[in-house]
Amino acid sequence: MSGYRHNPTAIRALVREDAVHRDVYTNPELFDLEMERLWRSAWIYVGHDSQVPAVGDFLTVNIARQPVLMLRGSDGGVRVLLNRCAHKGAKILGAGSGNCGKLLRCSYHGWTYTLDGALRTVPVKTGYADTRFAESEASKGLSSAAAIAIYRGFVFARLSRSGASFEDYFGDSLSSIDNLADRSPVGRLEVSGAPLRYMHNSNWKMFVENLNDTMHPMVAHESSAGTARDLWQSQPPETAKPMVIEQFLPFVSNYDFFDKMGVKIYDHGHSYTGVNFSIHSSYSAIPEYAAQMEAAYGAVRAQAILGESRHNTVYYPSLTVKGAIQTIRVVRPIAVDRTLIESFTLRLVGAPSALLERSATYNRLINAPTSVVGHDDLYCYRAIQEGLAANGNEWVNLQRNYSDREKEPGAAGSYNGTSEVSMRGQFRAWAAAMTVDGAGS
Amino acid sequence: MGRGDDGGRGRQLMGNTSEDGALIDFVYDEARLIDEKRFDEWYDLYADDCRYWMPLMRGQPPDAGHTSLFDEDKLLLKIRIERLRNPKSYSQAFPSWCQHILQMPRIERRDAHSGMTVLRTPFLYLEYQQDRQETYAGVAWHHLRQTNDRTFIVVKKIELLNCDAALPSLQLFP
Repeated sequence: MSGYRHNPTAIRALVREDAVHRDVYTNPELFDLEMERLWRSAWIYVGHDSQVPAVGDFLTVNIARQPVLMLRGSDGGVRVLLNRCAHKGAKILGAGSGNCGKLLRCSYHGWTYTLDGALRTVPVKTGYADTRFAESEASKGLSSAAAIAIYRGFVFARLSRSGASFEDYFGDSLSSIDNLADRSPVGRLEVSGAPLRYMHNSNWKMFVENLNDTMHPMVAHESSAGTARDLWQSQPPETAKPMVIEQFLPFVSNYDFFDKMGVKIYDHGHSYTGVNFSIHSSYSAIPEYAAQMEAAYGAVRAQAILGESRHNTVYYPSLTVKGAIQTIRVVRPIAVDRTLIESFTLRLVGAPSALLERSATYNRLINAPTSVVGHDDLYCYRAIQEGLAANGNEWVNLQRNYSDREKEPGAAGSYNGTSEVSMRGQFRAWAAAMTVDGAGS
Repeated sequence: MGRGDDGGRGRQLMGNTSEDGALIDFVYDEARLIDEKRFDEWYDLYADDCRYWMPLMRGQPPDAGHTSLFDEDKLLLKIRIERLRNPKSYSQAFPSWCQHILQMPRIERRDAHSGMTVLRTPFLYLEYQQDRQETYAGVAWHHLRQTNDRTFIVVKKIELLNCDAALPSLQLFP
């Protein structure tokens, strides 16, 4: 199939209620359209405000393949600007992060901008006298994201002028970010250190789907977590359980465990597994931390916060959050078969260092390019990427526990944990965004 | 921040005694055991309190509050070795192979009191799997403890040149 740009009917036909056509993972034109439509109209995670604590602090990232910069302005507010000089288009900031001082200055012709993106000076401005410069695009300064929202320190941007409001887009799924931030006795998070950066030679959706795919761990991770389990079981019974064993073992829990964990879906493709409990539920207690939380929130509320143990929350399409272990994974699609996954460790401000050590350990064990669990997963994504070239069956089946109820309005809610309902929800959101207006223009 | 682990004090060159030569050979042999997948022999080179560490950041402090690319104790090394042998390790359906190319190790410092010697070894590390070969470079620091007639690796710290890069799966041991 080809020629999707001007054919919304063809795009719609790729997504059935319980299956999707392989082109959604392999067709470069669809990837381009995803970046232009889905990723521009969605609220995309940019960064965390703790990464830009001081005026002039910035970080640069690509979202929907466009260079953007997130920076702390002179008024203390965080902004998201397009990283493109108004003059000839050079990226204004080349570094990944840093402090730009009081002004942004282009490296090519020295045009400067205030930290809100307004054009401040142009060298030898007399050269523009009587040129109607004030009417030019260049005079308007740096473009900014059409909309930006900061929620508990998480900075999201929407690039297109039209689209759902932040609150409508995420709705009650924001409770996972709340739970993550509430785990700090003072309600604040900080990004700790550099992200683990793992290049996946596979389509971005395989990663996003996998986060709430609970039928794979006991198979795909049998070699890693299963090996850890076997080695652990051969230890003398009185041996103290190391943290790494505590973190590996739940990956090879049985089907019943993952089914009873539960999955909850929301509109716009968001979801989380671990409605009832999760692979993070049985970590050893840290008494000092529990006491701090009780002092900060009172016993009842502290228990409610720590009693939540969500597995992965997908903020479709760009962010996945693990509140119970304080790590987040950010999805940066690069090409139809190339996706950068960046995994950040978060520090619960005010909490004992043992919490940060646990998060840092988990992030390394599971999300690093050197992770045996990561190797298991990426092998499977790549196997799909290559396997889909096979003709004969062009459909990817997403039928597990499908019911017609999901088509009805208000289908958002809880389902059994091993249902593929979260993936079906993602593709409903995908099809809606991919066929919205502009699709015929 | 620099890439050395000597706190910027600079290193004192040692004479190349025959004892030094044995330690230098030890570092070469360690790499060879990995390249030849003689993992049981390799594992036995490591002390019970060992740390196989590849930081994520240049100048990264050694504490556990930072995440790393590798930060293995002896148990984690064992899990990796056994996983590589597990027939259900599908990511090894096409086995990975690696090749270390070491510059001559230099003895950086020696602490007679603790019996610890630190060697610095710039290296190239190639990892190959199914038509793809990745090239890495860096500096390895071996902290070796000599007890009786044996030498053990207490710390192997690997400063990867591109530690902050987006990396593909790295499945063996730099």
